[in-house]
Amino acid sequence: MKKKSISYAKWGYIFLIPFFVVYCIFALVPLVQTFYYSFIEYYVDTGTVSIFNPDGNIVDNGFCGFANFKEAVTGKGHFFSCLGNTVILWLIGFIPQIFFSLLLAVWFTDIRLKLKAQGFFKTVIYLPNIVMASALGLLFYSLFINNGPLDSVLGGLTDKPSLMDTIWGARGIAGFINFMMWYGNTTILLMAAIMGIDTSLYESAQIDGATPTQTFWKITIPLIKPILAFVLITSMIGGLQMFDVPTFIAGDAGYPQGKMQTLVMVIQTGKDSSVGLVGAISVMIFIITAILGFLTLKVMNDDGSGKKKKKKPAKG
Amino acid sequence: MAQLKKVLAGSFAVMMAATMMAGCGSSDSSSSTADANNAGNGDSAAPAASNENELKDLAGADSTKVVNIYCWNDEFKSRFEKYYWPKRDTALWDGVKYHFEIIDNKDNAYQIKLDEALKTQANDAMKIDIFLVEADYALKYVATDATADVKGVIGLTDDDLKEQYKYTKDVMTDAKGVLKGVSWQATPGLFLYNAEYAKDVLGFDEPEKVQAELSDWTKFEAVAEKMKAKDIFMVSGFDDTYRCFSNNVSAPWVKDDKITIDPQIKAWVDQTKKWTDNGWNNKTSLWDDNWKAGQKIDGKVFGYFFSTWGIPFTLLPNTLATSKEDGGKEEVGNGGYGKWRACAGPQAYFWGGTWISGCATLDNKDIVKDIMLKMTCDTDIMADITKGEQDYTNNKAAIKKLIDGGYKNDFLGGQNHLALLTEAADKIDLTNKLSAYDQGCNEKFQGAMKDYFMGNGSYDDAVAKFKDEVTKLYSNLSM
Repeated sequence: MKKKSISYAKWGYIFLIPFFVVYCIFALVPLVQTFYYSFIEYYVDTGTVSIFNPDGNIVDNGFCGFANFKEAVTGKGHFFSCLGNTVILWLIGFIPQIFFSLLLAVWFTDIRLKLKAQGFFKTVIYLPNIVMASALGLLFYSLFINNGPLDSVLGGLTDKPSLMDTIWGARGIAGFINFMMWYGNTTILLMAAIMGIDTSLYESAQIDGATPTQTFWKITIPLIKPILAFVLITSMIGGLQMFDVPTFIAGDAGYPQGKMQTLVMVIQTGKDSSVGLVGAISVMIFIITAILGFLTLKVMNDDGSGKKKKKKPAKG
Repeated sequence: MAQLKKVLAGSFAVMMAATMMAGCGSSDSSSSTADANNAGNGDSAAPAASNENELKDLAGADSTKVVNIYCWNDEFKSRFEKYYWPKRDTALWDGVKYHFEIIDNKDNAYQIKLDEALKTQANDAMKIDIFLVEADYALKYVATDATADVKGVIGLTDDDLKEQYKYTKDVMTDAKGVLKGVSWQATPGLFLYNAEYAKDVLGFDEPEKVQAELSDWTKFEAVAEKMKAKDIFMVSGFDDTYRCFSNNVSAPWVKDDKITIDPQIKAWVDQTKKWTDNGWNNKTSLWDDNWKAGQKIDGKVFGYFFSTWGIPFTLLPNTLATSKEDGGKEEVGNGGYGKWRACAGPQAYFWGGTWISGCATLDNKDIVKDIMLKMTCDTDIMADITKGEQDYTNNKAAIKKLIDGGYKNDFLGGQNHLALLTEAADKIDLTNKLSAYDQGCNEKFQGAMKDYFMGNGSYDDAVAKFKDEVTKLYSNLSM
């Protein structure tokens, strides 16, 4: 093919180089290392330290097959129990999150409702997302602590255990914080999707006598399905990595009864000593996340709109 | 309209952010009070303006011109700036700055960061000169090449150290008999009680009489029952009595990489379960907001087990009605100041203790020696610290001088608690009680037992949970 026009394509690649260099050093290499360590019997004795023999407390017994994975699933890793806790915590936050986000997004974009002071409300609902998760966690911890301000209101002066001492109370608080932090973000995403829908569809539906409920289920939902799928799956991926909020509520052992212990808490507890075990758990999270990622792409492509969204990290 | 919206949105954002920040601020009031406390104490240290010692200013600096100190709170920093800095050897310090690297102790965070730094010391341009270690993990650093020989390398002599308690030296002496660190405090434990409640329930508040009522656990429980009748908790939470047992164990947590739960630890579990079920404690965990709230004079908690550092660092700031940062003074009439008393309690024990160690690769040896001499051996400075900070310093001569001089502690209503502490300090023996893994074992064990105390499962469930958590934290250990 004869080249007559100037190609700017190479500049795209050149500008991408910094990203790939940084990605390789800070993400790809550790990722490969994690896979490597997950098959190695490798741990660190943190009960000793040395300046002149810095690696003297590392025990590396070489390849050990799937022993780390076995330990993670059936032994002290408690993989499936922690995965269950993580998913439950995520669901408690996500269900109200998607409900309120849809409701608010529909209200904000409704052509007949024309809500006033939208900018104000949009700012307000987004605000909790800006506050650090740990700050919110700490705040709720001191509110609900046994005989704390809210616990007293809820009858903490009786002998009843405080909310944070019960499994579902603690889960509820952590889920509520996640909901509060992320519903604003989701609302904005869904609003963008709804505003992308041709308003003439709504107008004609109204002329045909469709009720708001009908337009919602028959027009809005089918047309924002790809974005909904995107929200769902990015939130799931973020939810799998949930750590800071439940840690502030329940400590890294997941009090009560370890029912608040998420996968990342196990990783955080063991990362300085049980390297092989933690590597195995990380690899399993990676696999689950990868499957979810492929699902996103598939759902979006199936829609036929041809629009591919770049996956970006989201939480909640 | 658009303008109004922007103003509204903006102001709301500020309000919301402010309330969030306020929320966190109050929930963490102890540390901020402690900061204020130390800021107040540090006023004589004006020449050492902290901005001179920011890390960014030290980048590329000559390491011999910077004394780097690693620690986990500002206890040592405030002592250093108030008692050492004014009396430092100015010739030694000519042109030399100091830098404190403060890393929180919780969840082994301090040990992890310190270890990372130590591992690269051999090649780093910027050398650590001093790091602090706590009783819970002192042995880890004693047994390594990371700590410098106090006598052989740094140059302190037996004569310098003669007034220190022997146990503080024994802990820091390695298998070859080399001393690896020195301390400015001895940490005998006492029971500090609310005198108003004592008068109300027992009818008297004199320490000798109260001690007679609390001299063993059976009597202690009898008083707890009386307190309960008046809606007062005997102790605040689960972990308050922990050190009475954990520091009287027959063997350390870990021996030959094997974890054992000592009978004394089990005794703590049984006792705390009983007390929780009987409503003798307020179900708090150590350091949490509610635990602190009980230290107010009307906090509905009779007493706290504390070591010497517990008074200045915890009880005093927590019991003031108007905190120092709000302009309150440390004087009688401000909350619980002057309304607490100390007695020996049912069980002799110790709690904590901080040692100063020189790093093996230190490059300011003479300054480190000067710091160690003045901060742990100098009788006058030690006496000043005890007077000024209510700390029990590690110098028998200084303490004796204070007692002979008619020492009175205003916070304890004029009581001379040094005599009590001296008695307790003489009894401390840490032989075969400590291991390098104690911090993780203590934290994980207390955390796991909370389920059992609250009635969420059996003791065996809690032990199983402890085993899982502690072996994740220390993978080389088994149980």
